[in-house]
Amino acid sequence: MPKTLFEKIWESHEVDADLIYIDLHLVHEVTSPQAFDGLRLAGRGVRRPDRTLATADHNVPTDGTPTAAMIADHLSREQVEALERNCEEFGIPLYSLGSDRRGIVHVIGPELGVTQPGMTIVCGDSHTSTHGAFGALAFGIGTSEVEHVLATQTLVQRRPQTLRIDYSGTLSSGVTAKDLILATIGRLGTSGMQGYAVEFAGEAIRGLSMENRMTICNMTIEGGGKAGMISPDEITVEFVRGRPGAPEDFDAAATEWLGMATDEAASFDREEVIEAPDIAPMVTWGTTPGMVAEVTSAVPDPALFDSPADQEAAARALAYMDLKAGTPLTEVSLDRVFIGSCTNSRISDLREAAAVVEGRKIAPTLKGMVVPGSQQVKVEAEEEGLDEIFRSAGFEWRESGCSACLGMNPDILQPGERCASTSNRNFEGRQGRLGRTHLVSPSMAAAAAVEGTFVDIRDWS
Amino acid sequence: MEAIDRIEGEVAVLDRADVDTDQIMPKQFLKRVERTGYGEFLFYDWFKDGEIELEAHPILVAGRNFGSGSSREHAVWGLYDYGFRAIIAPSFSDIFYSNCTKNGLLPIILDEEKCKLVASSGRAVIELDDETVTCEEGVFTFEIDEEIKHRLSNGLDDVAHTLQRVERIDSFEATGAANRGPDTLAL
Repeated sequence: MPKTLFEKIWESHEVDADLIYIDLHLVHEVTSPQAFDGLRLAGRGVRRPDRTLATADHNVPTDGTPTAAMIADHLSREQVEALERNCEEFGIPLYSLGSDRRGIVHVIGPELGVTQPGMTIVCGDSHTSTHGAFGALAFGIGTSEVEHVLATQTLVQRRPQTLRIDYSGTLSSGVTAKDLILATIGRLGTSGMQGYAVEFAGEAIRGLSMENRMTICNMTIEGGGKAGMISPDEITVEFVRGRPGAPEDFDAAATEWLGMATDEAASFDREEVIEAPDIAPMVTWGTTPGMVAEVTSAVPDPALFDSPADQEAAARALAYMDLKAGTPLTEVSLDRVFIGSCTNSRISDLREAAAVVEGRKIAPTLKGMVVPGSQQVKVEAEEEGLDEIFRSAGFEWRESGCSACLGMNPDILQPGERCASTSNRNFEGRQGRLGRTHLVSPSMAAAAAVEGTFVDIRDWS
Repeated sequence: MEAIDRIEGEVAVLDRADVDTDQIMPKQFLKRVERTGYGEFLFYDWFKDGEIELEAHPILVAGRNFGSGSSREHAVWGLYDYGFRAIIAPSFSDIFYSNCTKNGLLPIILDEEKCKLVASSGRAVIELDDETVTCEEGVFTFEIDEEIKHRLSNGLDDVAHTLQRVERIDSFEATGAANRGPDTLAL
């Protein structure tokens, strides 16, 4: 019987009814301390330290602080040091401050080649869906579940429904994976994928690099999806080849991986079709990722939304964002530009942004910051001279970390500041109390930095 | 985790859609390494700015897609510590729903109309065994996964529960199926 990628992975990981085996458990400092405490209280150990990998990312300053002990904020310091102690005690490999393999957990997994097709991957972080780009079943879990996986290497899970979103045709020039996923969330809504393991498919997806595919799967959670995934193909195989975690008998593994792809005649519980050529560069205007519009449009009028609840939500969002209905998005001026986060901080994202700002200066009224997703991305970018391009344009070039995506470290917006951000959430206060976030692609963020307002990257030069 | 049987009392109402966990428990409180004491930080910014007011009643009625965004279980710890024992909403984010069930906070899905009726009643009685919410406006039934219900009504520790079937995990590992991923200790 023809099967979907999801079905193949699920069925090969069923330990018992509603109990699935986890092949890789990624751990970071924020959602794990209480889980380790739970283990200690119950006198339990970690069942598979060899299938567990930890890094520090959320609390990490991006100013080059060399060790956990030197983190200035004492709560952040204590949390990273707690991670170091816990990993030591339970024998879990850890890349903390000082390691050249450190970085955002969803950047280093793929980079080290530990993210591979056919695997089940979890982490106490909602953006774990990123890893689904490799044809893995990957999703975020809470701290109680982190403890459960540490103790049992399994997770109690009800099988989700399956949804395929088929993108026909190809993306227009200047339109990126970020625009594709923002447009999808805009269309389906913030809970439009709820309860589903989502497979992104079609011509437009097949043509994308692994980095771009990761951007799409990363934001599945913003549409409420349980997991986002893409069937493995030659692009997937070539990305993993040669990385530290790649299997010894690579060819045999590659054959098996390609066999995990969704079979042609397989059926899904639900199907959606989106015309890729219709997608334009997108900018969020509100306080959920679903409040998004084409850059050529204007801030919407709350009165035009369907239900009273939506009208009220839109009106509240505009008040928070200090935007007036009818204002063209290209007239919205910015105070900050942030290029980074687990959504868009990989080498190809930085190349895309650097190509836009090369030989240009960012607007003098604005502060720009580029934060590579990992120390390895940073090294690679510096070898290519991208750091110089960003610096001469007026951007700050930082060390890796979650940075201004979530404001748990010193990189935050000041109250009232408006930021074009390549991250994933425009929630109230996400980047700093009373900060205003507009989500965009790396090239849109870079162009906005130069102009000081949003521009349509397709006809900007 | 405390076993749930019957939850009875006044209803607090938060009539907003897409309330994300960043609002429920802002980031600055995620630096704590404890599991308790989060009640005072609940909706920290919204409370401080007078955006919303919520009485610490046993039941909260909320809007659709409640608990969206970040997986932070701290949001659930805060809601529970503040005093809520059940949350009724038209829908919840998957991770948030699951986090609730690991902490003895009962998530109940009722359609928007029924949520409004429970809210306007001001008081309700929830019987987990019967899967009902009873209020002045009527008796509404809800659905809950049998397994989750069993764990909630017995206050079972998830890990201990799974370890009761550890032989299944042992035998799965013995087949070699458990060695799909790379060895992270050998990188």
